[in-house]
Amino acid sequence: MTENLERILSEHRFFHGLDKAFLELAAGCAKNVRFEAGQFIFHEGEAADQFYLVREGRVALQVSAPGRGAATFLTIGPGEVFGVNWLLPPFRWVYDAKALEPTRAISMDARCLRGKCESDHNLGYDIMMRLMPILIERLHETRLQFLDLYKSHA
Amino acid sequence: MPDVPMSETAALLHARPMVPQIAHVRRRRHDAPDAWTLELDMANGERFLYAPGQFNMLTAFGVGEAAISVSGDPAEGPLIHTIRAVGPVSKALSQLGVGDPIGVRGPFGVGWPMAQAEGKDVVVVAGGLGLAPLRPALYRLLRERARYGRVTLLFGARRPEDILFRQEVERWRGRLDIDVEVTVDHATDEWRGHVGVVTNLISRLDTDPSKTVAMVCGPEVMMRFVAMALIDKGLGEETIHLSMERNMKCAIGHCGHCQLGATFICRDGPVFTYARLKPLLAVKEL
Amino acid sequence: MPQASSSAAPERYMISVDGLRLLIEALRARGRRVVAPVVADGAIIYDDIDSLELPRGVTDEQEAGRYKLAQRGDDAYFGYAVGPHSWKKFLHKPALRLWRAERKGDEVTVEAGRIEPQNYAFLGVRACELKAIAIQDRVLMGGDYVDPHYKAQRDGAFIVAVNCGKAGGTCFCVSMEAGPKVTQGFDLALTELISQAAHEFLVEVGSPAGAELLAELPRRPATREDTGAAQAVVEHTAASMGRHMPQEDVPALLMRNLQHPRWQEVAQRCLSCANCTMVCPTCFCTTVEDHNDLAGVESSRTRRWDSCFTMDYSYIHGGSVRPTVLSRYRQWMTHKLATWHEQFGTYGCVGCGRCITWCPVGIDITEETQAIAASEKA
Repeated sequence: MTENLERILSEHRFFHGLDKAFLELAAGCAKNVRFEAGQFIFHEGEAADQFYLVREGRVALQVSAPGRGAATFLTIGPGEVFGVNWLLPPFRWVYDAKALEPTRAISMDARCLRGKCESDHNLGYDIMMRLMPILIERLHETRLQFLDLYKSHA
Repeated sequence: MPDVPMSETAALLHARPMVPQIAHVRRRRHDAPDAWTLELDMANGERFLYAPGQFNMLTAFGVGEAAISVSGDPAEGPLIHTIRAVGPVSKALSQLGVGDPIGVRGPFGVGWPMAQAEGKDVVVVAGGLGLAPLRPALYRLLRERARYGRVTLLFGARRPEDILFRQEVERWRGRLDIDVEVTVDHATDEWRGHVGVVTNLISRLDTDPSKTVAMVCGPEVMMRFVAMALIDKGLGEETIHLSMERNMKCAIGHCGHCQLGATFICRDGPVFTYARLKPLLAVKEL
Repeated sequence: MPQASSSAAPERYMISVDGLRLLIEALRARGRRVVAPVVADGAIIYDDIDSLELPRGVTDEQEAGRYKLAQRGDDAYFGYAVGPHSWKKFLHKPALRLWRAERKGDEVTVEAGRIEPQNYAFLGVRACELKAIAIQDRVLMGGDYVDPHYKAQRDGAFIVAVNCGKAGGTCFCVSMEAGPKVTQGFDLALTELISQAAHEFLVEVGSPAGAELLAELPRRPATREDTGAAQAVVEHTAASMGRHMPQEDVPALLMRNLQHPRWQEVAQRCLSCANCTMVCPTCFCTTVEDHNDLAGVESSRTRRWDSCFTMDYSYIHGGSVRPTVLSRYRQWMTHKLATWHEQFGTYGCVGCGRCITWCPVGIDITEETQAIAASEKA
C-alpha cells in the first residue's frame, strides 16, 4: 500500500527525483483521493489541513463575490499542486477549490508533513525548494492577469 | 526579379506603392466583442495572393489607413481581415457594410517561417486578437499537415466571451491532428476550461525542443514572457518567432515610423526571431 | 560607363564670373528650373533663379543655436556654408498629394497624384549635400519599392556642385567622410578662385551631360597653378573644421550605451521641437493625412514630412511607444549615427552641422557623442 503510494508520489512532477528515504517519509502522510465533477474540495476560511497533488482531472480555484458569482482565477491540472497554504500559519484556505472534472489526486496530511519537515530539515528544505518556484511562478502569472493584457485600449 | 509574372494587383502596387486599390466587402462577421471580420473581393476580380503573417494597409475612404494583418486562408477564398475597433480608422473599417468599398495596399512584410517549420513540431501561441495573424499559418499547417510534425495551438484570451473565432477554435479542438489548449485570464463558474495566463500552458507543454518551431502573436508583454517560457522549455532563440506591432504609415520602409532599433517592422518583419528581438525588447521605449 | 575617347587626365577648365552667368542661362535655355542659394529673410536659402542672383560677398556665421549673415569683404558667390534649406525640399517634397478618390454609391475611383518632373538644375550643391542626396537615393529608391515622386525629380536633376571654400562654424563633414571636396554624383563641380588678378571658377566634369554643357561656355583649360590653387582651397577648408566626431566605431559606441545617463541629461535640454529633423538633409520620415469633403464624396491623402520627435510618430493604440523626450532624442541620434548603418550601409549623418546651428538650445550631436565616448574612457 505505502509502496504503491511511493511509486505514485515519485511519478508526480512535484516529487520527481525526490530522495528515496524522503519519499518513504512523505508517503506516510499521503493518501489517494477522488472528487466528482462539481464537488468542492475545500472552502475559503476553513483550516488548511491538506496539500493536493493532482494526478488526473482539473480543479478550479475560485473567489466568490456577492452578485458576481464565483470568479475562477486559476485552474490546476495533472502534475500540478494546489493548497499551498498548508505550510505556514495561519493554515487557512483563502479561496475555494472545486473539481471541474472527475479528479484523482494525492492528498497530503498537512500536520503530518509539517511534522516530518520540522523533524528533518533536509526534507523540509527539499520540499521548500520544490514549492517556492511554484509560488513565484503563480505570483508572476497573477501579475500578468492583473495587467489585463488583452483588454482593448481604445 | 522573379520570372513569375506579377499579378495586376502587385504590378500596380510596385508602380504606385502608396496608392490603394479597391476592394468591396463581401461579408462581415462579429468575431469578438470589439472585433469584426471582413471578407473582401478585389474590384479587379483577382484573387489576392499573400503569405501567412503578412499584412495590408486598409483605407477607410475619407478617414485614413491602418495596418491590418490578413486572417484568412492563403490557399483559397476571399481576402479576410479581422479588425479590432480601437481608433478612428479601425472603427470606420469595422463599421463597413456589405458592398462598401475599401482601399487595399499590400501584401507587405515577412510572415511566419512556414518553410523553416517543415518537418518540425509547431507550437502556435496566440494571445487575444493575436490569433488573427496566426490563422493563415494554422490554415496552412492543417492543409499541408503531412509536412509538419505535431501541431499545437495554445491560445490565451481575456474572458470566455472574448475568444476569437470561437466556433473554429472549437472545431480545431475536435480534430485529432492538432492539439488545442485554450485558457482565459478571468472566468466565471460556467467556464469549464483552463483559467490562467497563456505562459501557464507552455509550462505544461510536452515537446521536444530540439525539433520545435514556435510562432507567437499577442500583446508585446505577453510575447516577451511567452518567449522566456519557451526558452525555459529548451527552445532556441532562433526557433521562436514573434509578430511585432508598431505605428505604420507607408509599409514599405520609407516613412520611418515603425523602426525598432535598426529594424523596420513593416519591411523586415512583422515576424522576427526572438534572437533578433531580444536585445531590442530589453531596452525600454526603444 | 567609361567614355571611349577621354584621356586619362580629368577634364578641368576655368570659367569666369560671366561664364557662371552663361552656365545658368544655358541651363535655363534647356528648359531647366535652376535652383540656387539666394539671400532671403536673413538667411541663405535655396530658391529659383533666372540669372546670376547668387549671394555675392555674403557669408554666414554659425554656432550652436546661432546663425547670422555677414559681409565678406570680397565678391565671392559661394563664400558661405549651408543654410536651413537642403535639396530634399525639391526631391522629397515637404508635402504632396498621393491620391484623390471619388465615390459614387458603392463605387470608388482612385486617381493617383500626378507626378510632374521639374527638370531641376541644382547650382551650388556642397559635398555633404551630394552625400545626403545619395543617402536619400538609397532609402527612397534602393529597396523593393521605389518612391515614384522622388525618382521623377531625382532622375532628371542636373547638379552643379561647389567645393567649399570655408568651413561653417558647425561643420564636421571631414569626420563623416562627406566633404569638403566633392568626388562623385555631380554633372559639373566648381571651385571658386579669387585672387587680386582674377575671379574665376575651376570646373570639373562629372558626366557627359556636364561635358556637353561646358562645351558651350567660354573657357580655358586649367593650368597646374589653377589646379593647385583649387586643391589648396578644399585643403584649407578641411583643416578648419570646428567640430569632430570621436575617432572610434560610433555605431557600436552608441548601441552599447542605450541606457547611458547622458540621454537623460540631453533630454532635459531638448525641447523636442523637431527643428533638427526638418533641417537635416537625410531625414526622410513622412506621415499621411486624409481629407474629405463634407458630403463624403471626395477624399484625398497627402503626405508630409514628419519627425521622430513628435508623440504621434510612434503612436500605437494605447499610447506612444516613445513617450519621453529621452527616448525620442535617443531614437533620432542613434538612427543618424548607428542603426542607419545596419539599414542602409552608411551613416545617416553627413556632418553638415545644420542640426547644431538650428537647434534652439544649441544641442550639438558631436558633443553628445563625445560625452558618451569620454565616459567610457574615464
